[in-house]
Amino acid sequence: MIDKRFASIEKALAGIQDGSVILVGGFGNAGSPIPLLEALIDQGATDLTIVSNNAGEGDFGLAALMKAGRISKIICSYPRSSGSVIFEELYGQGKIDLEVVPQGTLSERMRAAGAGIGGFYTPTSAGTLLAKGKETREIEGKLHVLELPLKGDVALIKADLADRWGNLTYNKSARNFGPTMAMAADLTIAQVRQIVDLGEISPELVVTPSIFVDRVVKEGGQT
Amino acid sequence: MSSKLTRSQIAWRIAQDIDDGSFVNLGIGMPELVANYLPDGREIIIHSENGLLGMGPVPEDGQEDGDLINAGKKPVTLLDGGSYFSHTDSFAMVRGGHLDICVLGAFQISQTGDLANWATLNNTNPPGVGGAMDLAVGARQVFVMTEHCTKSGEPKILEQCTYPLTGANSVSRIYTDLAVIDVTGSGLEVCEWIGDMTFDDLQAMTAAPLSPASDAKQLTVPEL
Repeated sequence: MIDKRFASIEKALAGIQDGSVILVGGFGNAGSPIPLLEALIDQGATDLTIVSNNAGEGDFGLAALMKAGRISKIICSYPRSSGSVIFEELYGQGKIDLEVVPQGTLSERMRAAGAGIGGFYTPTSAGTLLAKGKETREIEGKLHVLELPLKGDVALIKADLADRWGNLTYNKSARNFGPTMAMAADLTIAQVRQIVDLGEISPELVVTPSIFVDRVVKEGGQT
Repeated sequence: MSSKLTRSQIAWRIAQDIDDGSFVNLGIGMPELVANYLPDGREIIIHSENGLLGMGPVPEDGQEDGDLINAGKKPVTLLDGGSYFSHTDSFAMVRGGHLDICVLGAFQISQTGDLANWATLNNTNPPGVGGAMDLAVGARQVFVMTEHCTKSGEPKILEQCTYPLTGANSVSRIYTDLAVIDVTGSGLEVCEWIGDMTFDDLQAMTAAPLSPASDAKQLTVPEL
């Protein structure tokens, strides 16, 4: 029997290693798996590379993990948000590395990893600083930049509904990077609002099919 | 009499150029104002790169939903007919040439339509680009909304940008508080400028050569 349900967030995070690349869903706070991120502090993994659109706000979620000194590098499109004070402080002190990737390229690099594509040429960033050192090629008269896949050891995402097979739906604009990150990591852990019986999510409405998901845990634990 | 435009008036002027049925992305900040002036009777679908088509106005007090935000991370609503999708799909719309128009802000624009709007030469702040580079290359038309000069009076329209580029040869049309300027294969062509100044005055505030369009007219907007 397949049962990807975990009874607690702590159990769902078991086995995450030091030095992991972790894909973290969310755009600002929408879709950010805040309880998973905070529980990762207790789990103890460190020297993490985080891939996320933003670099956290306030002192919760991603920012709390950062403040606890667990993140050595962040790959994101836009680290500055109102209230991304912890990131700015650590960056200013040289305690965290930053790789800036255009938002669409960030998502597509993860899609490539999940889809088994060895890279792709995009016109985004051609002729800019972010293309520096990258292979370029003119395609149909337009300069393109070679971008390589971006794979995670782990993905931490927030979804709305799940079933025990790991099928997922999302809520409104909290979907953002979730479906792509789910397919791009070796171990995908989804924090969800509710776990329902198999068949309760219409197969027409499944957004992330079960094959991309390894563990589901209800916010606050218990199924 | 027609003097320098307010930001709302620039937004109004841009909105007049957005046709019925267009799919449009409005950049974070000043370009968001354009949504307030879309002409009645036109159905215009607004895309937000965090995964919305058919974005609606700001919700009423108390109706905000943290899971329903725009690219600027502010609460919004969704119109009937709207849809939600992932970032990967959203940027397929952006890069794939599916958006008719994108309106972006600018630090600098060059005479060949290069756009610089993500980083200055000040390296004390961490850089962040967001979706600007994707939008600059992907939308069929890139409109820039900007003040003609910086706060200290330096021209923002230049022969070449000195700040790091967001996109090369990206901009189709520039809307400022003084003029509407097309970026053409033969340089910058002024379609409209305000009545308070002569063409030579406008040229003096622009650090790249301008030419008046054959059908150039006065830039007139309503009081807003």
